[in-house]
Amino acid sequence: MLQIIFKRIAIAIPVILVVASLTFFLVRMAPGGPFDAEKVVPAQVMKNLNAVYNLDAPLIIQYRDYMFNLIQGDFGPSFRYPGRSVTEMIFTGLPVTLELAFYAIIVAMIIGSLSGITAAVKRNTMFDYIPMSIAMLGICMPTFLLGPLLVLLFGINLEVLPVSGWGSLVGDKILPSITLGAAYAAYIARLSRGGMLETLSQDYIRTARAKGLPEYKVIVKHALQGGLVPVVAFLGPAIAGLIGGSFVVETIFQIPGLGRFYVEAAFNRDYTMILGTTIFFSTLIIIFNLLSDITVLLMNPRARNE
Amino acid sequence: MIEQSSLWSDAWRRLLANKAAVAGGLLLIILIFLAIFAPWIAPHSYAYQNLELGAQPPSEEFFLGTDTLGRDLFSRILYGARVSLLVGFVATGVALIIGVSWGIVAGYFGGRIDSIMMRIVDVLYGLPFIIFIILLMVIFGRNIWLLFAAIGAVEWLTMARIVRGQVLTIKNQEYVLAAKAMGVTNFHMFRKHIFPNILGPIAVYATLTIPQVMLLEAFLSFLGLGIQPPMSSWGTLIRYGVESMEEYSWLLIYPGLTFTITLFALNFFGDGLRDALDPKMSSD
Repeated sequence: MLQIIFKRIAIAIPVILVVASLTFFLVRMAPGGPFDAEKVVPAQVMKNLNAVYNLDAPLIIQYRDYMFNLIQGDFGPSFRYPGRSVTEMIFTGLPVTLELAFYAIIVAMIIGSLSGITAAVKRNTMFDYIPMSIAMLGICMPTFLLGPLLVLLFGINLEVLPVSGWGSLVGDKILPSITLGAAYAAYIARLSRGGMLETLSQDYIRTARAKGLPEYKVIVKHALQGGLVPVVAFLGPAIAGLIGGSFVVETIFQIPGLGRFYVEAAFNRDYTMILGTTIFFSTLIIIFNLLSDITVLLMNPRARNE
Repeated sequence: MIEQSSLWSDAWRRLLANKAAVAGGLLLIILIFLAIFAPWIAPHSYAYQNLELGAQPPSEEFFLGTDTLGRDLFSRILYGARVSLLVGFVATGVALIIGVSWGIVAGYFGGRIDSIMMRIVDVLYGLPFIIFIILLMVIFGRNIWLLFAAIGAVEWLTMARIVRGQVLTIKNQEYVLAAKAMGVTNFHMFRKHIFPNILGPIAVYATLTIPQVMLLEAFLSFLGLGIQPPMSSWGTLIRYGVESMEEYSWLLIYPGLTFTITLFALNFFGDGLRDALDPKMSSD
């Protein structure tokens, strides 16, 4: 068991390093230097700029220096916003994005697992068909469509909720959280229904029922642990999706989070910012994948005893 | 006299019995037809701007209204279908070619080759591809062929795993062992014995990959990193719809509706195909 966990961690570390190196060289391959502006800059200024940002060194030295700084948590300066470091920008945007993602996960977990479990327990009734049809809709309705539609309905037509912002108006966190969480609620509903159906047909559930346990106890005490394994396994990869979703949601609702910084950096060609955030997001995703793998292992008694 | 039924005719019968899947399939056929014949069906040019006209709500002449530049929305949705479906099919095709060959080679040869190839897949699985695609689009410009390749390169991983698993079970069947004993070449073995038997899962997974690919393309186009004007996919139409939804809500609603219905159809068809080809596989 411990061996498996160590093996996973041992794979994850080189993956992070490979991602960081790959991103570094990809960004360096990009056409045009970071200071190519419409304004023609004198050659001496250009040379000084390159010297300040360590761009005059050979690529391999730049790479070594970048990686060395990276390990110490220094993502370098932003090319577009002089005087601001990428690390600083990451830490400005990150709390907002994390808060948004946290609310979204809560929305998704509560709505998703409750409707999934109900659907499994009341299989082939209205409690199964209706939530599962809505879940299908949730999967087919992309975030970038659901968000604007919710804004159109609740923000513009009914005028009950703010259309944008984060933390400045009452209730302006509701629509973004629902928008980001909806697709995950749908996936979690389907996964928990599938997992519960499989668990409910196991022998130990029959034994529990035969003992005369009340049905709710059978479900809560015996079925849930096995039935929710697919949901936990999904949460790791879901983080990657949540980050992608935060790009969209933060753009739609004009939320000053890391996702919007990233999209802006992509448009402004702020290469150090792209480089830094890419490495940061990648590391985050890899770590969460690792955590969910380990949790799944811990939840499965057969793997635990190996 | 007992009527013989092959796997495929059985599956076909089960598929036809599934109403949602049939409806989804029909809708897809209509849509593909509309997309292919868009130049003949579209009532107006998709690019012709009539600035005096401006944004008009749906009317008799403009079935779904016009956009802020006076272009016919219905025609633009039809042409958008060409781009969106093309991305869906081509990128899935790329994923299929890489994934199936990778999976067959890994599964069939086994041993060290298998473990190296599957470790590579494991490592790639851990990579945050969505961010990489964005990075590629930023660095190399917003090129539609790059978009195909990038999306295809992401989606092949699951395909490789599925195919490998299938090949591993088929490899030890008696008919394969018999063919091997007869000295059949590897190529012949793939073509005649292995490939036909993994066609089912491949078809199912491919159908379920298409909607994911279309979502990914629309996501990128929505962020402004995908298809560039004057070409428009459904993703770009939704993007423009959002920009002007306060005054002209139809510009968001109709493209959005088309996109959602198409994804619905693809998912229902894919689920139906899965149930039809392998009743055991359907878990939810």
